[in-house]
Amino acid sequence: MIRLTLSLLATVGLAAESCCGAAYAADETLTLATTTSTDNSGLLSHLHPDFEKKTGIQVKVVAKGTGASLQLARDGNADVVLVHAREQEEQFVAEGYGVLRREVMYNDFVILGPPEDPARIRGIRNPADALRSVAQGGHCFVSRGDGSGTHVREQQLWRRTGLPLETDAVTVILEGQKRRYASVRPPGGWYVSVGQGMGKTIMVATEKRAYTLADRGTYYAFALSTPAKTDLAILSEGHESLRNPYGVMAVNPARHPHVNFTGARKYIEWITSPEVQEMIGRYAVEGKTLFYPSARVPELR
Amino acid sequence: MFDDVLRNAWHLVVTFDPDVFGYAVRSLTIATVSTLVAGVVGIPAGILIGQHDFAGKRAVVTILNTLLALPTVVVGLTVYMFVSRQGPLGHLELLFTVPGIIIGEVLLIIPLITALTVAAMSRTGRDVRKTALALGASSRRAHWTVICESRFGILAAIIAAFGRVVSEVGVATILGGNIDRFTRTMTTALVRYVDMGEFALALALGMLLLTISLSINILFQFVQGGGQE
Repeated sequence: MIRLTLSLLATVGLAAESCCGAAYAADETLTLATTTSTDNSGLLSHLHPDFEKKTGIQVKVVAKGTGASLQLARDGNADVVLVHAREQEEQFVAEGYGVLRREVMYNDFVILGPPEDPARIRGIRNPADALRSVAQGGHCFVSRGDGSGTHVREQQLWRRTGLPLETDAVTVILEGQKRRYASVRPPGGWYVSVGQGMGKTIMVATEKRAYTLADRGTYYAFALSTPAKTDLAILSEGHESLRNPYGVMAVNPARHPHVNFTGARKYIEWITSPEVQEMIGRYAVEGKTLFYPSARVPELR
Repeated sequence: MFDDVLRNAWHLVVTFDPDVFGYAVRSLTIATVSTLVAGVVGIPAGILIGQHDFAGKRAVVTILNTLLALPTVVVGLTVYMFVSRQGPLGHLELLFTVPGIIIGEVLLIIPLITALTVAAMSRTGRDVRKTALALGASSRRAHWTVICESRFGILAAIIAAFGRVVSEVGVATILGGNIDRFTRTMTTALVRYVDMGEFALALALGMLLLTISLSINILFQFVQGGGQE
């Protein structure tokens, strides 16, 4: 009887394998490590059919935070990277892991908060001033806390507030060498670090009636859907320090000879081409532009 | 909220969404193949451990039971270390593939199947063996009787293992990468919908998964019933 069960399982398994096996049979694939904001906003699924049509290369999208995406690429598990944390990208190139880095597009971060705005930051353009008000009033602030590009930017903004900060550090031993990963945060129980993606962080902030830093694209996707998933409002926006540029890089074939470097080069040439840049600029969700191609730079208000 | 969930679930079923169909096929393939492979290893191991008294048996059973508490993320990361490009099996290109996920799931459920098989054997074992020997069975024959009498417990182990894989997120995310059209499963698609704030759609997918599991369990029930006659 057990044998019967097992053979039954085997039959089902083989049938399923052969029926979804076609998905692996693609001639050429390219693994793109990118951030949740480009994936969850629908931009990549809007653009990629064009790339696949032109080159016949299927793009496999792995969407993680910027930190995790760069780590995947360092380990040679991706061919091309599209992320938003300029310092880390430059370090990635300087360490010899990445080549052919190009600017692709940008969007911007916004500070969200409950519409009743207990910290009275509405209209404060400089995010450092806004965050200082939130901190001084002890109002709840939800942080990504996951080493993502957004989290990196949030820490830069806290440094600019001039407030005393605490350092959370972990020491990791990699290849026999000690590395210290540190993140800074203001002290106090009002600061909540959730260690989640952008979407979940907005949901937590909504539930807690808290302030948070979000990228505009994810915020629009949550606020403009029907029914709206968040009632948080944009309270501070438009400052230069909130600009969020995305860069694309190929994984260096000198470091990882197995990577699909030809495909990565084609991808970079394609996404920076005038035609695709225009597609990026025209891409809108609920009538709102989410990303601006870097080739043409409109003024941030 | 809940009627939205039901409406979404119904919509997914009637429109026969090809994406969702793909997730379901992938989830079932992974769960079936993993359970099969882990069963081939775990059931004989469980029978061997259950039928023989040896020094250190208690320690082995304790270790097995402890492994049941292994977080799926730890299993996923351990396998990641091996199949990542930097790892010893990197050249096999198993990371972010369905076979890669299956390796992780198999390692996750081997302890489960083994431990439950051992438990099934020891529940029926001693008495049945004594009775069989008293009735004049040979030692080998008595072993076989014990195995036959434990078959429902062993089947329960298979069902539990299948359920563990089909509902699991950690291994599937780390080893699969949640890549659309390649490695996205029912559960990792569900998590992505949660990330996107599409809670109703996520729950609808959860209901669909539960329905599929229900049909499989009814099938098992049928097989089990057939065995009882």
